[in-house]
Amino acid sequence: MSETSGIVKFLRRNAAAYIFLAPWLLGFFVLTLYPMAYSLWLSFTNYVFTNPDATQWIGLGNYLKMFGPLFGLSEIATATGETMRVDPYYLKALSVTFTYVFTSVPLKLVAALAVAMLLNQKLRGVPFYRAVYYIPTLLGGSVAIAVLWRKLFEKDGLVNGFLSALGFTDLPSWITNPRYALWTLVLLSVWQFGSSMIIFLAGLKQIPEEYYEAASVDGATRVRQFFSITIPLLSPVILFNLVMQMIYAFQAFTQAYIIGGGRGGVLNSTLFYTLHLYIQGWTYYEMGYASAMAWVLLFIIGVLTAIIFKTSDWWVSYGTGE
Amino acid sequence: MKTGTAVRHALTHLFILALGTLMIYPIVWMVVSSFKPNNMIFSDPGLIPKAVTIENYITGWRGYAGTTFGKFFANSLFMCAAAIIGNLIACTMAAYAFARLKFVGKNFWFAVMMVTLMLPGHVTIVPRYILFNTFGWVGTFLPIIVPKFLATDAFFVFLLVQFIRSLPKELDEAAIIDGCSKLGVFLRIIVPLATPALVTTALFTFLWTWDDFFNHLLYLTSPPIFSVSRALRTFVGDAGAVSNWGGALAMSTLSVIPSFILFFALQKYFVQGIATTGIKG
Repeated sequence: MSETSGIVKFLRRNAAAYIFLAPWLLGFFVLTLYPMAYSLWLSFTNYVFTNPDATQWIGLGNYLKMFGPLFGLSEIATATGETMRVDPYYLKALSVTFTYVFTSVPLKLVAALAVAMLLNQKLRGVPFYRAVYYIPTLLGGSVAIAVLWRKLFEKDGLVNGFLSALGFTDLPSWITNPRYALWTLVLLSVWQFGSSMIIFLAGLKQIPEEYYEAASVDGATRVRQFFSITIPLLSPVILFNLVMQMIYAFQAFTQAYIIGGGRGGVLNSTLFYTLHLYIQGWTYYEMGYASAMAWVLLFIIGVLTAIIFKTSDWWVSYGTGE
Repeated sequence: MKTGTAVRHALTHLFILALGTLMIYPIVWMVVSSFKPNNMIFSDPGLIPKAVTIENYITGWRGYAGTTFGKFFANSLFMCAAAIIGNLIACTMAAYAFARLKFVGKNFWFAVMMVTLMLPGHVTIVPRYILFNTFGWVGTFLPIIVPKFLATDAFFVFLLVQFIRSLPKELDEAAIIDGCSKLGVFLRIIVPLATPALVTTALFTFLWTWDDFFNHLLYLTSPPIFSVSRALRTFVGDAGAVSNWGGALAMSTLSVIPSFILFFALQKYFVQGIATTGIKG
């Protein structure tokens, strides 16, 4: 056997698969791997989109620009020997985003599970109800609904219309009051529990009826059944929903952008992480800094996902519930 | 006993309906208010309008900077159609290779694909923008459409891999024995049998492209190529003030109609897509 026939054989075995894979591979290299490497490099530079020729390596400058205020710094020295002002809004954006993620995700999952359990009964019309409850999720991410949300929570909006009909007076403009603005966005997110609900509903259907029957014969209350049967058997689904919703929530953008009219709202009360990144990158063209922000976001999401998976050893059961 | 169950069932239905009404009230209100005169939208929480007008649809349709919503809808539909074609071709090809073909490096590339599934888009967005800008593509539809032809939506690759794996292998084996090529198996067996998953892919591609705002904001830079979602943003001024609420609500109402129709026409594909991959939301 000559060496060429070996190569021919290898090609014959693999060529077809790689042809089918070619678009994806090209996309991976050109639109994912190369951009990731490039953006990692950019994050250590002062790249400005409108003046790329002036780009310099500034080491950890962008990262210090973000976290400098944590150490009481207002200016930092970069690798080039120049001084750079820290970003006075970064930590605000971080805290707004953490508040949003850590409130909206648990509330959304609780709402999704509650409604899934409500619909997991032998009732007529469940597909119809499921559709109704899914409608907010279907439309919720659109600009249209963000515009509507502004209208609902304005001073003379629908919500205040209802509240004043109920006799409340001195109602605030929820959307422009820095104390409440973020909570209107949390509510908007919780309102869209449809996807998690459908996944929970599919998970609930997998739990054998006999478990509940046996438990009630043994005298277990509904509450006891919920915590001893439903939650443990549903825990892999809860884990999945938790991770997906968390990753998704960190990247929320449209709602905050529309409600703040392209800015972070009053006193930056709705300055989401991605909104701040957009403003840095595309309003000020500071794309080196925006890249650094993106990498920190990836790091945060990665660490939190890892923590959730690590803790899942003791709260997620993959057994059969015996 | 029997009447007790009936009463309990009736109460459950009532509760589910009441909660459901509360859930969709804002959307119904949006639709109804879009037919109210501009000055009556304010602080009228009721559903029955005291006066009906289509004025809002006329003023809203005028659009922005001389471009009407007719053009914005055409732009959005065009992008969605192109995105669907791209995703169907590229994602199905990749999925077929992962699910059915044997090749060196398969496990490695599959793992890479699964990692990209979880990757937040923001780490690639800046270099992509710079790249598309050097191509001269900023201000065109290409940055939205071309990535679809390169299967960058790993979600669909994953969804299709899962589906193709569940198809009986005997069919492709029989076809190969009958002298069918890999391309023949793909086109004559896999694609027809994977139709439900392809419908799900097309459906979600449509919704995501239709509702996408971030990419449209970055790349669709002039009114003649605005999408519907990008154009709706022009109703909201800087710092969030809205002057023509009636027009904004009217165009918002029109903008959600396509998603609505698709949802009710193809509900079972929706549930399938969400339940198998936990898609979005």
